[in-house]
Amino acid sequence: MSVSPTAAKSLSVSIRGLAQSYGALQVLKELDLDIPDGEFLVLLGPSGCGKSTLLNCIAGLLEPTNGQVFIKGKNVTWEEPSKRGIGMVFQSYALYPQMTVERNMSFGLRVSGMNKVEIEQRVKRASEILQLEPLLQRKPMQLSGGQRQRVAIGRALVRDVDVFLFDEPLSNLDAKLRAELRVEIKRLHQRLGNTMIYVTHDQIEAMTLADRIAVMKGGTIQQLADPMTIYSKPINRYVAGFIGSPSMNFIKATLGGTIKAPTVEVSGQKLDVSDYAFAGMAPIGSAIEFGARPEHINILRGKDTKAKGVFDAVVELVEPMGSDTLVWLELGKQKISIRVESSQIMRPGEHVGVQFRVKQASLFDAQSGERL
Amino acid sequence: MSLDRPNPLFRNLSSKIASLPMMLIVLGVFVGGTAWTVLFSFTNIKVLPLFTPSDWMDHYSGLANYQRLFTTDRWMSCPAITKIGTPDWQFSCTGAFPNMVTYAILAITIMISVGFLLAVFMDQKIRLEGMFRTIYLYPFALSFIVTGHVWAWILSPEYGLQAAVRQLGWTSFHFGWIADRQMVMYAIVLAGIWQGSGFVMALMLAGLRGIDDEIWKAAKVDGISTWRTYLQIILPMMKPVMVTTFVIVASAAVRIYDLVLAITDGGPGISSDVPTRYIYQNFSANLGQSLSASTVLLVTMAVLLIPWIRMEFGKKG
Amino acid sequence: MSNIVSNPIIPSGPKPKKFITTERAVVYSVLCICAAFFLFPLYIMVITSLKDLDGIRYGNIFVPTLHPSLGAWNKALFHACTGLYCQGILPGFWNSCKITGPSVIVSIAVASVTGYSLANWPFKFSEGFFTVLLVSSFIPYVVMLYPLVLITRWLGIYSTLPAVILVHTIFGLPILTLLFRNYFSSLPQELFKAARVDGAGYWRIFFQVFAPMSIPIFTVAVILQVTGIWNDFLFGVIYAGPTNYPMTVQLNNIVNSMEGVKEYNVDMAATILTGIVPLSIYFFSGKYFVRGIAAGAVKG
Repeated sequence: MSVSPTAAKSLSVSIRGLAQSYGALQVLKELDLDIPDGEFLVLLGPSGCGKSTLLNCIAGLLEPTNGQVFIKGKNVTWEEPSKRGIGMVFQSYALYPQMTVERNMSFGLRVSGMNKVEIEQRVKRASEILQLEPLLQRKPMQLSGGQRQRVAIGRALVRDVDVFLFDEPLSNLDAKLRAELRVEIKRLHQRLGNTMIYVTHDQIEAMTLADRIAVMKGGTIQQLADPMTIYSKPINRYVAGFIGSPSMNFIKATLGGTIKAPTVEVSGQKLDVSDYAFAGMAPIGSAIEFGARPEHINILRGKDTKAKGVFDAVVELVEPMGSDTLVWLELGKQKISIRVESSQIMRPGEHVGVQFRVKQASLFDAQSGERL
Repeated sequence: MSLDRPNPLFRNLSSKIASLPMMLIVLGVFVGGTAWTVLFSFTNIKVLPLFTPSDWMDHYSGLANYQRLFTTDRWMSCPAITKIGTPDWQFSCTGAFPNMVTYAILAITIMISVGFLLAVFMDQKIRLEGMFRTIYLYPFALSFIVTGHVWAWILSPEYGLQAAVRQLGWTSFHFGWIADRQMVMYAIVLAGIWQGSGFVMALMLAGLRGIDDEIWKAAKVDGISTWRTYLQIILPMMKPVMVTTFVIVASAAVRIYDLVLAITDGGPGISSDVPTRYIYQNFSANLGQSLSASTVLLVTMAVLLIPWIRMEFGKKG
Repeated sequence: MSNIVSNPIIPSGPKPKKFITTERAVVYSVLCICAAFFLFPLYIMVITSLKDLDGIRYGNIFVPTLHPSLGAWNKALFHACTGLYCQGILPGFWNSCKITGPSVIVSIAVASVTGYSLANWPFKFSEGFFTVLLVSSFIPYVVMLYPLVLITRWLGIYSTLPAVILVHTIFGLPILTLLFRNYFSSLPQELFKAARVDGAGYWRIFFQVFAPMSIPIFTVAVILQVTGIWNDFLFGVIYAGPTNYPMTVQLNNIVNSMEGVKEYNVDMAATILTGIVPLSIYFFSGKYFVRGIAAGAVKG
């Protein structure tokens, strides 16, 4: 897929034709990617999609089979990790267990032979930003998970680098800490304005943190766009299904009407899609999937159920979540989920009307999975 | 800034240099030495060390060493194979190789059973576990030479157990294993078990402790008795530990030498001779023979490793 | 609240326990009987070494002497005859120290670095090399005994201290390398990556990052090597030469020396002395000992 370089800002990291394979197994397939200065880019995908491999190639911890990596316009494809101007934060924190917090943060600077005064200043500044001052003389063993990860971020911070790389940094933390540290990372990015490349499989992290998200699968980038675009206009069925929790409803349907005025037929009933902005077109009569997020479907009760474009459905299961309630329905033979306000009480077995907000829906070609 | 692709020869250079001594040793001693032994086991060299291919060609004697080896009484002779195929068949072999096999079979069976039982008993949340463990395991710290001399003294007919019991009034008591050609290997097995059972117990106990606690909870909820759980649930789960233990005990049995040397030095006569002793004693006079015996041990070892190899590499496929 | 009225005792709180059940009694009896079996030879060794010759000839092997003396210990240490010389087992002790020390240090140094290379700095053929190493550690050592005689002769060190040190080092290497390689592989790979991002190279990562984390495995390696080399007999007899015989060989010679009356008390004192070093390591190293010997037990 083609990536349009952001003209206004200078490029921080560029990747050209990057490929990585182990024997017959292709982990990365000829990948191109441009990341402008100061962008927070999230690489999102399930395990094995190549996102960590890509990050390790940028860091210089893996040698790519083919292709080039540029950082700040310099070709660093064959450069040592420490000379690329990057700092990296790992999932398991990767703190040196026998060194104190202070020495953990200063190790890289000491290796490079920087003078002591400068080292001290940098460690001081980083520990201020991350509120680590009271912990400087402790060993990693004596820290909590959240503190450890802050030290790991500090270690990247003191290096005063152009690009920060995060490899699933929050995956080892419990849900509460994860939310806290997520905010802290976002605050850090706002304060420093560095380029950050962040690998995760957690879509909430991706949505909340990213300037742009690259959704990956099988060693390729499926879609590269800002979070709202990815959420509301997923480029294919895979991206649509991966983003959003609970996941998007995919309803089997057929494309009807004419090329100029297409309609969608769901279990024998016509659905008006004149509001939908078509991105592509499939032959009339072909099988499609109608994608609607649980929050983009209305539930109607009482006399409204007989209105035009309203489908009859039976409540199967109700999952109250506190802030809202998830209702599972049977629509014909297909199961769909709808998010409703928690004040609405539903009972299993109840007949209700279902109305799709077509403007916010997504249509996919059933065969290719591409957005229509 | 280096834009030239680094020469692959110099990539990870420190790593290559640091591994070099080991590579030389592995290739020169382990691969080279083994190859030399196997190759020259097909020659009739006696004492002079020979290296070159032409030396090998000149002295090539085919399978002669192996033929002689298996017809030498000291290595193996099976005079009493009778009534094969009938219910009361008899089979008895003597010589270094059968002695080693006898020792291996007995040591493996007894040590694994005793070791497992002890481990199960130790696993009953007993008091003083540390003390019992220390007592069972200390013999394993001792060398075979030390073990052998202690047991030789205890089993000595003149002053040892036999004499002591007779002194107490039971004058017809007979316990002369180390002086008895039929029984001497059992004496060596006894000493071997004393030395190694505690170690097998430790391995098994580690295996037992490694089993998920929830298995026990599930069995308890299902109302399965403790002993039944051990036999029908835990024992099958211990298979990897069992295989490892088997390989460890078996490979130790193949190498047995010091223990025999200290207890009997192969006696009475050569009735407790073992392969390593045979090999070592033939170095000076009959090298080709010795090398062929070494090769036989190598093959034996390879056969014993089969269960382990199947476990380690079978699961990947 | 319990509704069962007919039951006079209402179950509440911990279930009352019997003081001792039959099952417990069986468990403890078996454990004690086995403990007695394992301790018995140690007891015999100690009481025999404290007897005098008459006590052995006319006494009972089970019964300790009423007049214990350290005469046998003195003789075993300083005066017992090993064939030609009558200097006791003490020279053997020093020889064993001279053999064990260098072998342990060199083998662990080489093996730890090689294991680290294999685990973290793979190069072309390093996988193949590892397989050969794995196979090597299972080859019975008798197969290489004569080739090593030839190699040490060719190096001109056969029948000297360096020869036996070299042989011990060589035979310790495969298993130690596997031990270190597996340990370093089990360390978090991200730690290694973090150190590389910090700019540390091959040796710096080894010494400043990995070595301080690897004290347990170095302890295991030292235990494995010290007990293994101290307890060895055959390499000592073949490669060391008579003046450098280690303690085990000296012990065997003392016991088998044919001159005069067989002095079982001296033999037992010498036996205990030979076992003291590995036994102390065992008592002081605790859990590392089991790991150490378990690692070394597969050694060819």
